[in-house]
Amino acid sequence: MSGTTEVAARRTGEAGHCGAEIRSDLHVRVEPRDRGGIEIELESRVKPYYGESIQRQTEDVLEALGVRHARVQVHDEGALPFVIAARIEAAVRQAGLGQGTRVLPDQVALRPVSARDRLRRSRLYVPGSEPKYFINAALHGADAIILDLEDSVHPSEKDAARLLVRNALRAVDFLDCERMVRINQPPLGLEDLNEMVPELPDLILLPKVETPEQIVEADVRIATIKENYGIDRTVWLMPILESALGIENAFSIARASANIVALTIGLEDYTADLGVVKTSTGAETLYARQRVVNAARAAGVQAIDSVFGDVGDMEGLRAWGQNSRAMGFEGMGCVHPLQIRVIHEAFAPTAAELEKARKIVAAYDEAQTKGLGVVSLGSKMIDPPVVHRALKLMARAQEMGLLESKDKK
Amino acid sequence: MPTLTKTEMLQNAAGRMVPNRVNGRSQTPYLGVGKYRPSGRKAAPPISIIADYPANGDKRVADLETALRKCGLRDGMVLSSHHHLRDGDRVALMALEAASRIGVKDLMWFPSASFPSQQGAIELMEAGVIDHIEGSMNGPLGDYCTQGKMRGMGVLRSHGGRWQAIQDGEVHIDIAVIAAPTADPFGNCDGSHGKSACGSLGFALADSIYADHVIVVTDNLVPFPCIPWQIQGNNVDCVVEVDAIGDPTKIVSGTTQITRSPDRLRIAEFVAFFLRDAGIMRNGFSFQAGAGGIALAFVSYLKRMMRESGIRAHFVRGGSTKYLVELLEEGLTDCILDGQTFDLDGVRSIANNPRHVATSPFTSYNYHGKGNFASMVDAVVLGATEVDVDFNANVVTHSDGRLLHGIGGWQNCLAAGCTILAVPSFRDRIPVIVDEVTTLCGPGELIDVIATERGIAINPRRQDLIDAVRNSKLPIRPLREIKDEVERICGGKPARPTHTDRPVAVVKWVDGTVLDTIWQIDDLADRMT
Repeated sequence: MSGTTEVAARRTGEAGHCGAEIRSDLHVRVEPRDRGGIEIELESRVKPYYGESIQRQTEDVLEALGVRHARVQVHDEGALPFVIAARIEAAVRQAGLGQGTRVLPDQVALRPVSARDRLRRSRLYVPGSEPKYFINAALHGADAIILDLEDSVHPSEKDAARLLVRNALRAVDFLDCERMVRINQPPLGLEDLNEMVPELPDLILLPKVETPEQIVEADVRIATIKENYGIDRTVWLMPILESALGIENAFSIARASANIVALTIGLEDYTADLGVVKTSTGAETLYARQRVVNAARAAGVQAIDSVFGDVGDMEGLRAWGQNSRAMGFEGMGCVHPLQIRVIHEAFAPTAAELEKARKIVAAYDEAQTKGLGVVSLGSKMIDPPVVHRALKLMARAQEMGLLESKDKK
Repeated sequence: MPTLTKTEMLQNAAGRMVPNRVNGRSQTPYLGVGKYRPSGRKAAPPISIIADYPANGDKRVADLETALRKCGLRDGMVLSSHHHLRDGDRVALMALEAASRIGVKDLMWFPSASFPSQQGAIELMEAGVIDHIEGSMNGPLGDYCTQGKMRGMGVLRSHGGRWQAIQDGEVHIDIAVIAAPTADPFGNCDGSHGKSACGSLGFALADSIYADHVIVVTDNLVPFPCIPWQIQGNNVDCVVEVDAIGDPTKIVSGTTQITRSPDRLRIAEFVAFFLRDAGIMRNGFSFQAGAGGIALAFVSYLKRMMRESGIRAHFVRGGSTKYLVELLEEGLTDCILDGQTFDLDGVRSIANNPRHVATSPFTSYNYHGKGNFASMVDAVVLGATEVDVDFNANVVTHSDGRLLHGIGGWQNCLAAGCTILAVPSFRDRIPVIVDEVTTLCGPGELIDVIATERGIAINPRRQDLIDAVRNSKLPIRPLREIKDEVERICGGKPARPTHTDRPVAVVKWVDGTVLDTIWQIDDLADRMT
């Protein structure tokens, strides 16, 4: 095992970040060598408390990855254990070692698989290469957390972010949030699926989808991985349409897989594709957004709006959200936790809507009790679709926690 | 004849080992809240006669060196200063450097707080001009002390405790040097006007009353009388005019900023909701919050709720900032009782609004008196570096035992009707909720609520508060449960950093007894990366 060619093939692997401005991350440098065992140099701002723990964890991860001889520099800025493991694994893999081995943190208790039509008012984007945002992401009450591997991750960080997000899916308790991952476009996206699917995300967002074939490709890959790992938990899909072609194919995309639960739109890329300026009122994307709503409804899935990028403009966000809801969207993306509450308010039924629905449901209940075929409110006859809408609105309001106990059944 | 007594370590009522002697004075170990009853009379400066002072009231002298000589500066004296100019102060170092030029040694510097910009004091300690500091130390001065390089021991006191120590004669100030944003030749001083305006001058009040000699240093000399005056010229020996007493950009901030951190905003909002749900926020209530990011955000959430529900406070206690000033100007509070003024809006308000009143540690915090304002406040929101499962809290050291902050008014504020510590449950990977605090600064029996981003814990001693929020939607959880969750996140309990068995500083309780000890750390450099 001492051929010079092999030594030359080895390279130094690095992953992560350190520095005075960095928090909750670490930088790892792995320099493989022929002999001399493992030599670890550790610097950490939490050394007095967790120095030994980090040292031990580093040794354990290296051993699990089959690294026997290497000089390893760890510069830690208070990273949590699942981050440390991911960064070491990324550095080792970059050094050309440890292929085919996954060093996984303990799995926190998983909630049951999410319902096909659950509330998806808000989904909070968390950059997949910024571990400091992971741990408290779920505290802010979003319906979903999206761990993003795509646009918020620099191309040079894709491999490392993938391991970080994989470990987060296992180690971070996202409470009642739906656990979503936005993967990259193929072929990178297929590699993303290899690492994500075994850790049971609730939903995968597929970016820049333009044809139904792209959905099928991802769906098949997911099915294969699930089979390989013996997983029978559902992984839902949400395609993101971000181009003129994608919008034109909206309906066939929405019907391309039974696992699709929602269709959404990415307005930054879409307006770039059209060559128009994205405005805060969205007149230039009206057609595309209505097309998404219609295609989604036709396919029986939820229509979800894009994000509102100006974190400082809460009133603009509120207006956008209210307009979205009026168009038929059931939710939108968030780029900052402060947006969540405003979005939830914007997507909530108004008091007047609730009151009307309450009356209709009461009239419906009364008709049911009396065995009447026709529901009437005062002198007006209520059509079945109106009753259906009122029942749905009340059910949603209950999920949103907007109903008094007297309304609950 | 004083006999040489060896310092012994005794266990106090909180179970902490504390020295029986500090800087040559014997000490009373902490006996418990309200247990220590001193006797005797207050200290007083010697009698002066007006024959020794100019009849025309003009006490100006050429410079600080002349003033210090005139006040009889000699080896081993106690020289005091105040910290209303915060990190912008130039006067304290100016005075200590003048003392160095005079050639005296072994001074005790007794600031109401020290700041990183005053690290020049380290050179003066190395040169033997200063023997030790009794007052808050952080940054480079904190490290110098924690590494055991200071010859004497550090003594950390609350603002109220500093007044108590001066008043009780525990610390005798030989010469007080008072930086004054405005003063007249007689020595009357005001903090609210002038290019170096800092608002209240309350921290200098005890020094002016009890010191043997008082020197006023100003960069805005006005003709007698300086109106209004917070420090009385009748206590002043000399007045020195200088170009600048400080750096105005560091004295007050232009605007104080609310935190943008969603986790911290969440904590702030929890605290505001807690006051509402517990029924503390009601007409005529009072509260105190500092100028930290969480506290400012808390005030802004509370203000919105007060406005929406038409509730008006009777008084609020500062540290005043723009946010408290807005409450006053919107009629949401009857007055501000201000201990220190943090931003330009605060300075403008205290200078112009008769309902924005300067207070002192005597009115607000002094424990050896006939009452103080702190216990009249309905709720106070404070920070902490660590909290333990018995609700004890640390505010002066990092979890590794390194001095990080002064006590400020923190200990004194624990007397409020409801004391709330608003803290993240962990910082970086370091849990804030621990089994036992590194340094005990506040006994758990006085700490009622711990608000973290993961939930709110109420001290089991406060059944009334537990009952009051029974129907609240807030995440009220046992403190141990939050602690266990955080330890799971952080990957187990943190190791306890080691220290030597040499005490380098003590933490006093508000009554002057010794609450805890800060120990020398050998490998400090290794720990700071």
